[in-house]
Amino acid sequence: MEILLAIVIGGLFGSGIYLLLRRNPVKLVIGFALLSNAVNLLIFVCAGLTRGVPPLIPEPEIRPLAEIADPLPQALILTAIVISFAMLAFTLVLFRRTFETLGTSDLDELRTTDQ
Amino acid sequence: MLWSVLSAFALALCAPWLVRLRPAESGWILALLPAALSLYFFGQITSVALGVPVVESTPWVAQFGIYLSFYLDGLSLLFALLITGVGALIVVYAGSYLAGDAQLGRFYLYLISFMGAMLGLVLAGNLITLFIFWELTSISSYFLIGFRHREEASRAAALQALLVTAGGGLALMAAFVLIGIAGGSFELSVLLQQGDLLFAHPLYGAIVILVLLGCFTKSAQVPFHFWLPSAMQAPTPVSAYLHSVTMVKAGVYLLARLSPVLGGSALWQWSLLSAGALTMLLGAAMALGQTDLKRILAYTTVNALGTLVFLLGIGTETAIHAAIVFLLVHSLYKGALFLIAGIVDHETGTRDIRRLGGLVTRMPLIAALASLAALSMAGIPPLVGFIGKETIYHAVLEAPVAASFLIVLAVLANIFLVVAAAMMTIKPFFGTAASDLDAHGGHGVSAAIAAGPFLLAAAGLLVGLFPALVDARLLTPAAEAIFAQATIVKLALWHGINAPLVLSALTLAAGFVLYSRGAFLARAAQWGGRLAPWGPDRWYRASVSALLAGARAQTRVLQHGYLSLYIFVAFAVVILLGAIPFWLQGLPPLAVWTEQVQFFELIIALLILAAAAAAIRSPSRLGAIVSMGVIGYGIALIFIEFGAPDLAMTQFIIETITVILFVLVIYRLPSYVELSSRSSRIRDALVATAGGVLMTVFVLAALGAGTESRLIDFFAEETYPAARGRDIVNVILVDFRAMDTLGEIAVLGLAGAGVVALLRIRPGKSASRRKS
Repeated sequence: MEILLAIVIGGLFGSGIYLLLRRNPVKLVIGFALLSNAVNLLIFVCAGLTRGVPPLIPEPEIRPLAEIADPLPQALILTAIVISFAMLAFTLVLFRRTFETLGTSDLDELRTTDQ
Repeated sequence: MLWSVLSAFALALCAPWLVRLRPAESGWILALLPAALSLYFFGQITSVALGVPVVESTPWVAQFGIYLSFYLDGLSLLFALLITGVGALIVVYAGSYLAGDAQLGRFYLYLISFMGAMLGLVLAGNLITLFIFWELTSISSYFLIGFRHREEASRAAALQALLVTAGGGLALMAAFVLIGIAGGSFELSVLLQQGDLLFAHPLYGAIVILVLLGCFTKSAQVPFHFWLPSAMQAPTPVSAYLHSVTMVKAGVYLLARLSPVLGGSALWQWSLLSAGALTMLLGAAMALGQTDLKRILAYTTVNALGTLVFLLGIGTETAIHAAIVFLLVHSLYKGALFLIAGIVDHETGTRDIRRLGGLVTRMPLIAALASLAALSMAGIPPLVGFIGKETIYHAVLEAPVAASFLIVLAVLANIFLVVAAAMMTIKPFFGTAASDLDAHGGHGVSAAIAAGPFLLAAAGLLVGLFPALVDARLLTPAAEAIFAQATIVKLALWHGINAPLVLSALTLAAGFVLYSRGAFLARAAQWGGRLAPWGPDRWYRASVSALLAGARAQTRVLQHGYLSLYIFVAFAVVILLGAIPFWLQGLPPLAVWTEQVQFFELIIALLILAAAAAAIRSPSRLGAIVSMGVIGYGIALIFIEFGAPDLAMTQFIIETITVILFVLVIYRLPSYVELSSRSSRIRDALVATAGGVLMTVFVLAALGAGTESRLIDFFAEETYPAARGRDIVNVILVDFRAMDTLGEIAVLGLAGAGVVALLRIRPGKSASRRKS
């Protein structure tokens, strides 16, 4: 399973990088989303996969009964998902505004600071 | 001593305010501090003469051996007296010289901070402290040379001086770090007691070369001398103070200071001897080719600095005596002559010796003072300059190496000095003026402006007549500090008829013969003009413009403005750097196939990959966005499958909002058109593929290295007892790492505010309409 997921991560990284290199801003933002997903999955897989045991403590115990999935990478990824969403939303609206103001859809035309 | 340095900086900060308050008297008021400081140091003479240095130390960055420590021995004391004593005269003089200048306050700010820095330099007892003050003097010199910052020549000269001296400063810093490594301490008091410990160290050669680079640039030794004549763009009080009496001698000071630690090797001796002799001779010779009073003085200062280095290079007891005596002698006559040049410039509007003449009738007092100082420079008894020259000849005659060759150089340089002294005084003061010389201008010579040259020239006469005033109490401790052994400086005007006296007479006679033959001087000026463009100045200019051209070229290549190219380069570099370890060391053990893949997991993985391909290939924006959503949901399913329900929930929510957001703005966004060429798509695809493959290998290598967590047990044990929570991930977020979550919420809030601002506020509306 890990090897399969490693290939999925590679695929996501590759397509994310390719889209980031496009000149259309929409593609760039989508590439950014793909790259964040790839990074989240990378952390998740590298921390080790445990099938089906969520890190929960059942009532009325004070510690988990069985061996649980590692909670720390999950906490990291949870934060990362939210942060990358914030950045994605901002970038998307920024490009929308840029497109509205400058009327160009080509990032290569945005070369100088005074337009 | 810390207070003496700090008080100068404090006064510098108050100076602009004081000048605004009392513009007329500000010079006199500000001079009170240097005068008081010089009295303070005067009071230290007796205790320092006992031979025990005064050491003060305050911890600064103690863990790196850096202390704000001060060290006062005979050598520091002599310099401190020169800095504060001449400093007081200069401050008074500048108040009159720059009277009415709107920037007088700023001038005092720079000048007095320089004084503080210079004082700190000579008093510093720790090499790092010394270095900081050293750099501060370079920086304040930069501001002072560029004081007339509206003139391009001033700015260029200031930059040149800064680049040369700060370049040497870098070498010096490296030298100090090496000394700290080799000697085990930055403290002067420790290093000086270790004697020749550094001498045998393998780093010794590097240390010496770096120290010499620092000192030679600061003290304008050939071939770094060229910044000093250019620095004459500064107002005259600055030239007198920084570029004659104090700052340019910092390099000489450091050489003298480190002589007991580093001196004595052939490398040290020959470097100092050759650089010093060359500078001594060239400085004096080039002075003869000049017609500007200040430039003549600048080149003779180069000569004096060369002489000092030359004497330190000889390094015998008599040579060190001669260096100390000449240091004092030169400060007295050169300070006076610079200030007089400023007065002449002020009164007549020119410093050109070809046009000046007959000044004795207009300012008899100044003419007398100029003659006194020039006689001292030429080395005529009973002035102190005579004693200085005698001791130099004495030392050179006793030099352990090549004495007969060196004495020829010394006599030649001194003959030129006699000519230069005559050039500066005989015609301008006693000759005939050019017909167009403004004979009536000028402001009259005030007491403030005459006080400096008067006291300096009079001191030259007084010390010449009564050398016992200074030799035992002031000069002997200074010489002992350099020589690191007991030694006694004994000066006298008359030693009987001996070799130095004969040489002195010869020097004077030859000097006057040369001066009286005008043709010789004319030819010297001609040669000076012809050789000038070939000096190191030219190399300086060439290297600066090459540097600027290089900067322009690399900026043009690197800062092209294409976003996709920046991203391309960043990724290409990261991928290359990431691949290099694998390439050099081979692949580490990779993960092996352990877990079974269930059928629906395989479907999810294939779905994600297919959606990624679709996101790239889709011809429409909507298709790409839907593919992106499929990827996000697929990853959420993986999270569920492997025990992360919290992640899955978050991912579902966020992915949904993202898709909605995209769809909301999609018709405001540019639609897909083919922009990039086929070749650039292939290039990008190659980098992207390389990146994907590399990441896959990374994941496999990371998994192959093992995935045991050391923190699971902690969280499993502590979550309920410590935080009363049952969802461990939630407890980490809101309890164990609550500050992180707070930061995350802040980022989310900021991004939200940014989104709202971008959507609602439209400042550029009118501008964009006008454009279209």
